[in-house]
Amino acid sequence: MSNDNGYLVEVKDLKEHFPVRTGFFEKTMLKAVDGVSFQIKPGETLGLVGESGCGKTTVGRTLLHLYKPTGGQILFEGEEVTENNINEYRKKMQMVFQDPYSSLNPRMIVEDIIGEPLDVHKLYSSKGERREKILGLMETVGLNAEHATRYAHEFSGGQRQRIGIARALAVNPKFIVCDEPVSALDVSIQAQVINMFEDLQKKLGMAYLFIAHDLLIVKHISDRIAVMYLGRIVEIGDADEVYHSPKHPYTVSLLSAVPIPDPKTAKERQRIILSGDVPSPMNLPSGCAFRTRCPYATEKCAAECPSLTDRGDGHMVACWNK
Amino acid sequence: MSENILEVKDLCTSFFTDSGEVKAVNGVSFNLSPGKILGIVGESGSGKSVTAYSIMQILADTGKVVSGEILYRGENILNYDKRQLKDFRGKKCSIIFQDPMTSLNPVYTVGNQLMEGIMLHTDRNKEQARERAKEMLELVGVNEPARRLKQYPFELSGGMRQRVMIAMALACEPDILIADEPTTALDVTIQAQILELMKELQKKLGMAIIMVTHDLGVIADMCDEIIVMYGGRVCERGTAEDIFYRPGHEYTKGLLRSIPQEDTNDRLVPIAGTPINLLNMPKGCAFCSRCDAAMKICLEEKPPEMQMPDGHYASCWMNVKKQYEENEGGAGNE
Repeated sequence: MSNDNGYLVEVKDLKEHFPVRTGFFEKTMLKAVDGVSFQIKPGETLGLVGESGCGKTTVGRTLLHLYKPTGGQILFEGEEVTENNINEYRKKMQMVFQDPYSSLNPRMIVEDIIGEPLDVHKLYSSKGERREKILGLMETVGLNAEHATRYAHEFSGGQRQRIGIARALAVNPKFIVCDEPVSALDVSIQAQVINMFEDLQKKLGMAYLFIAHDLLIVKHISDRIAVMYLGRIVEIGDADEVYHSPKHPYTVSLLSAVPIPDPKTAKERQRIILSGDVPSPMNLPSGCAFRTRCPYATEKCAAECPSLTDRGDGHMVACWNK
Repeated sequence: MSENILEVKDLCTSFFTDSGEVKAVNGVSFNLSPGKILGIVGESGSGKSVTAYSIMQILADTGKVVSGEILYRGENILNYDKRQLKDFRGKKCSIIFQDPMTSLNPVYTVGNQLMEGIMLHTDRNKEQARERAKEMLELVGVNEPARRLKQYPFELSGGMRQRVMIAMALACEPDILIADEPTTALDVTIQAQILELMKELQKKLGMAIIMVTHDLGVIADMCDEIIVMYGGRVCERGTAEDIFYRPGHEYTKGLLRSIPQEDTNDRLVPIAGTPINLLNMPKGCAFCSRCDAAMKICLEEKPPEMQMPDGHYASCWMNVKKQYEENEGGAGNE
């Protein structure tokens, strides 16, 4: 607890490069995450948005050392998380996965799925205590105690996601990485799970890194939002600020592309349609990665990559022109 | 009769599985006028895709249209023989699917797949078909169409593939285009491109579109008219404004309350419970087990479709109750 700046999680210049075979002898580095820095305070929710392939899931996974970082530092409560002490930190950091169908072991009953983190970290002294803890967790996430002996396939998507959340909560973490936790769920069930995330945070005071591509949901649940494009954060700031007055041209067009469930606003507003597709992360454009699709791109953008600069109140933007 | 290009009347489609008959679509009726965009919205298992597949007659082997009529310009397509159906599919009505990755054949070139349909439905020869294919690719905004014709689907990005699918569907100038979750597998910025493209093509070519999706945002953006489905039945149908601003069914109301809004961060109001099991349908309203306002009659009897004051239709007992109370001068009836 020797952190002086009060951050729970601090990520400094995180890099994650994957080698990809591109020929018989050739290997190219896929720069999934290329120099990402952010901080999360205790009890805060940071939303991470971006299109597929921008590296948002990789950031979440690298934070928990599910991938070994290529470079950069991850600090938890001021102390560096490394490969050697990660087991200790997995008691404090947990993850909820996107797909509630493939992230639960089909051969295990619910009791054992939720109990596994307890077993791994030896968090109980007797069988009775283990069971008590598991039933307590199931109650917290709104599952019936009689469901404890069922298998995952017997549940609906929303209930499975609850099991996944109970498993993450088992070790009493201070920080949870939520990787698209509601994307696979039906609209009417999404709201149930989002409300539960909010309630749990209020009750247990955890911090979230909430990764999603649905911007309305991210805006709803987050205190701050970070927008990623091709492995870098292009804009980060207060959630309402980023949503309602975005600065980076990518954020602006991303937000204008979000379908709004309101026929009047949807038909009236002007969309900024980005031309073309996202460039391949194996062959990034020079300078700012967004310049190939950016309406404001200049020569400077091709020459040099902009870094995040503060535009007031912690609203950071990485753009030369805006 | 001739006003509507497509009329679906009391359509019932069932799948006969080992665990019993699954009534995926259970009495669905709607009309499609030429040049309009009709949205069918619902959760998984609501029967929205099966409705679309029933119109195209491309149901899985276990599925069958049990009763009802699908009238294309007054002709019941359920009575069509194989040849007539072949003519109907592709030429008069075509479909694009959710996943452009799997709905294109990976071992044929894009050109090959595009030309196949054109040659089948028109009397163009191979050269003319290739010209037409090139034209179509240009129309849907694929760059370098001549080169793309020789490429395989895996060489294209997701957005490009969906454009190819749209080109393929529109190559024979159908009157109706069915789009089954056309943008669900795509990123938001690509989704916006495709939706804009569809709107533009609709204006240019004048076909009617049936848009099947679960995304209320896409529906609000695209559609003139909307059908809300739940448990294989139509809950509500009306214009986009009717559905979003004056919903008349408890399910629609719940759905609208459960999505985050642009300008507030107020707590969401979810719909309680879990989606319906089609093998075990309640006797009354399909939504009654999750409905806060459910009354005794909702459990017992299917709600009738009723016209709301603004002219759109909803099937909810609450409306019947309200009307009854108004007629009785506010006297309670429970």
